[in-house]
Amino acid sequence: MSKHLKGIAASDGIAVAPAYLLVEPDLSFDKKKISDPDAEVSRLQDALDKSTAELKIIRDKAKETLGADEAQVFEAHMMILADPDFIGTIKSKIKDDQVNAEAALSAVSDQFIKTFEAMTDNKYMQERAADVRDVTKRVLSHLLNVTLPNPALIDHEVVVVAHDLAPSDTAQLNKKYVKAFVTDIGGRTAHSAIMARSLEIPAIVGAESVTTDIKDGQTVIADGLTGDIVIDPSDDEVAKYHEAADKFAAQKVEWEKLKSQPSVTSDGHHYTVGANIGTPKDMAAVNANGAEAVGLYRTEFLYMDSDEMPTEDAQFEAYKTVLQDMPNKPVVVRTMDIGGDKHLPYMPLPQEMNPFLGYRAIRISLDRQDIFRTQLRALLRASAYGKLRIMFPMVATLDEFRKAKKIFLEEKKKLEDAGTKVSEDIQTGIMIEIPAAAVLADQFAKEVDFFSIGTNDLIQYSMAADRGNEHVSYLYQPYNPSILRLVKHTIESAHKEGKWAGMCGEAAGDPIMVPLLLGMGLDEYSMSATSILKVRSLMKRLSTEDMKKLADKAVNEMTSNEEVAEMVKKATGQE
Amino acid sequence: MEKRDFHITADTGIHARPATLLVQAASKFDSDINLEYKGKSVNLKSIMGVMSLGVGQGADVTISAEGADEKDAIAAIEDTIKKEGLAE
Repeated sequence: MSKHLKGIAASDGIAVAPAYLLVEPDLSFDKKKISDPDAEVSRLQDALDKSTAELKIIRDKAKETLGADEAQVFEAHMMILADPDFIGTIKSKIKDDQVNAEAALSAVSDQFIKTFEAMTDNKYMQERAADVRDVTKRVLSHLLNVTLPNPALIDHEVVVVAHDLAPSDTAQLNKKYVKAFVTDIGGRTAHSAIMARSLEIPAIVGAESVTTDIKDGQTVIADGLTGDIVIDPSDDEVAKYHEAADKFAAQKVEWEKLKSQPSVTSDGHHYTVGANIGTPKDMAAVNANGAEAVGLYRTEFLYMDSDEMPTEDAQFEAYKTVLQDMPNKPVVVRTMDIGGDKHLPYMPLPQEMNPFLGYRAIRISLDRQDIFRTQLRALLRASAYGKLRIMFPMVATLDEFRKAKKIFLEEKKKLEDAGTKVSEDIQTGIMIEIPAAAVLADQFAKEVDFFSIGTNDLIQYSMAADRGNEHVSYLYQPYNPSILRLVKHTIESAHKEGKWAGMCGEAAGDPIMVPLLLGMGLDEYSMSATSILKVRSLMKRLSTEDMKKLADKAVNEMTSNEEVAEMVKKATGQE
Repeated sequence: MEKRDFHITADTGIHARPATLLVQAASKFDSDINLEYKGKSVNLKSIMGVMSLGVGQGADVTISAEGADEKDAIAAIEDTIKKEGLAE
């Protein structure tokens, strides 16, 4: 009987192969008194040398497959192994306390880990604690003469099964043999998930019990599209997944052809399909998928991934990198959207009853102008390197937009007066996510350069339903005619004033929503980079004229989310 | 013995990359080289020692070297510090 598990789909693709359990061996040991310290020290030295040699191979492999940046962590590991204080202390402990190398190594590394972890205000140091732990394990395995399972040794096709994958594990994965991996823990943004997407192998993370439920060598189906894992599948199941895998592979080949093509409908209308990004690192995927724009650059990661307010220069460098990576293509940068569910350790916000209705995004920026002006200056300086569009989040009233724009113009003038080069073509717009702004879009459109509709928040605020609350999750209804009317009004208002409208929420890449948005005339569609080619291929077979009729019907005649979804599926052959 | 005082101005202090570079610079010399901060002294050739000091922006530190190549060592370290914009 086959057994089914479900995890988080973290990287697209389907694989069927025997399992390879990447589970850490038992590294426990007894603390022993020893009589020959010199022999014990040389045993330690031997383990250190073997570990260093191993790390060199891993580092070189990482450099080759992942790039110098990713290989840096192993450089740090090697530096720890060469640290005279660290190694010196272990050696003297062996001699002074007459204990075995395992005990001395653990005691000393624990001490350092404790010191680093105690620096709670410093995330960087806490990560170094993890490095020390990683290195210690490697040396211990050599002292104990056990092998840490080594993905580099895999010589046949497998699905790797692990509790979690450390950077040193993913670095050794050989794409030729590792067809997929599944893990007990982690989310879509976990290190291992990001690695899987960059290696383009299917992955399912957070499946909770894979290391206990799957035995080494058992056949496993890993469906990275849905998060389904099948252990010991029946012949029928294998056949079904082989078919699905073939279909996916064929589709990918088709999509790949669209990479350097514009996004055009069957009747020849061109639209902009762009990508959402969080950091400059995401640009590799943006270009690999042929994005025509960056439709949303979420700058809050600059703030969240830092231990302090990011400096103007640090921000400038990040913005400049992204703009330079998109020559002649627009980049929409959203100013800081902190608050709601996003917090900064170094900027305590007041405890609120309803954080999503509270002190958030532009509301903070207009209040804490020091932070806002720093960000705008960094953006203005970077504007010389590309086609910058600045977007203010959570705008509810025209007054808020006017204030933000005024501050923007003040900083622009200051920089120009100081002789700094600033682009003359910077558009400023707002995110449409508060119903009040959507309803008054016709007035906003006279003053802004563009709108970008953020669907998740627009839905949550329109339905008065917390999107994190499972009891009301049925109210997340992107196709509800009420939402569609707000979207339509926003797009039409923009066009009436000769402005453009985009969408940067999840819905912009949704195959049910795209036909409706085409029909309503949405100009720009921004989504996760991996959805771009899928959407471009969908657009290719839709006609704008037909979609217009479809959208009109959805907006004027339908009464529910389900009705609309049903109609679109039928009309576009997506059943 | 050669000695020099530095006032750390880099807003990240001596973490991460700068720490690595200082250790690499120091490791090229035979002299004993120490970094002193708040009365605590660590071996500048030890990455873990340097990082465990947690030297932040605005810190006053002293770097000293003792040995045959102490003059060259201090000069090289000072060079690294200036080049990285770590201190004045």
